[in-house]
Amino acid sequence: MRRVVVQAADFDTGAELAALNLAGAGGIGSFTGIVRGGEGLAALELEHYPGMTERALEKIADDAMARWDLLGCTVIHRFGRLLPAQNIVFVGAASAHRGDALAATAFLIDWLKTSAPFWKREIFEGGSARWVEARPVDDEVAAAWTK
Amino acid sequence: MTKLLYFAWVREKLGIAEEDVTVPDDVATVGQLREWMVTRGPRYAAAFAEAKSVRCAVDQDFAKDGAMIAGAAEIAFFPPVTGG
Repeated sequence: MRRVVVQAADFDTGAELAALNLAGAGGIGSFTGIVRGGEGLAALELEHYPGMTERALEKIADDAMARWDLLGCTVIHRFGRLLPAQNIVFVGAASAHRGDALAATAFLIDWLKTSAPFWKREIFEGGSARWVEARPVDDEVAAAWTK
Repeated sequence: MTKLLYFAWVREKLGIAEEDVTVPDDVATVGQLREWMVTRGPRYAAAFAEAKSVRCAVDQDFAKDGAMIAGAAEIAFFPPVTGG
């Protein structure tokens, strides 16, 4: 099972985890990214590249399925205006044993951060806004998976 | 004609999200396309001023400066991605 979704709407992490409870699975790894509040943040606006986004996420999911022994893999990423504490991204992997599920989960989110065409804009209380800058550490973490 | 797409602050600096252009015949690679873009006016020069902070995708695949653009239907320029 490979599930890739790009949508404005929220997702249900419980339902996504339940869908990864597949025959033969011994464990499910998952990561849910949420909008980090504080420092006057009012909202995040996520822009993406329709078409390329889906292609990129499908490739990331395919890479994870090829690299680890997975029974299922899910990648969901939202776009549009999101408020603090709301869901942004979900990645999950089911496998017979925990090692593959946990490693694939870490790979999915690390790789997604540097290879899926999304851009975050922070909107602050008072109306100012700024584009989030890419962090070099994210490139380093993603590159580590290629070694 | 080639469709050029712009995202995030590249789009804001240019003031447009996309345009159809006829790329000169001697522009063969992504790197040469960047150099040509800078010559198209002050907004382009500003948006492409820091070459390394503007990434490129050719037909929806990330492309480095050496990548060939012949036959491409869609070329996008954008800042380093910040999803996840």
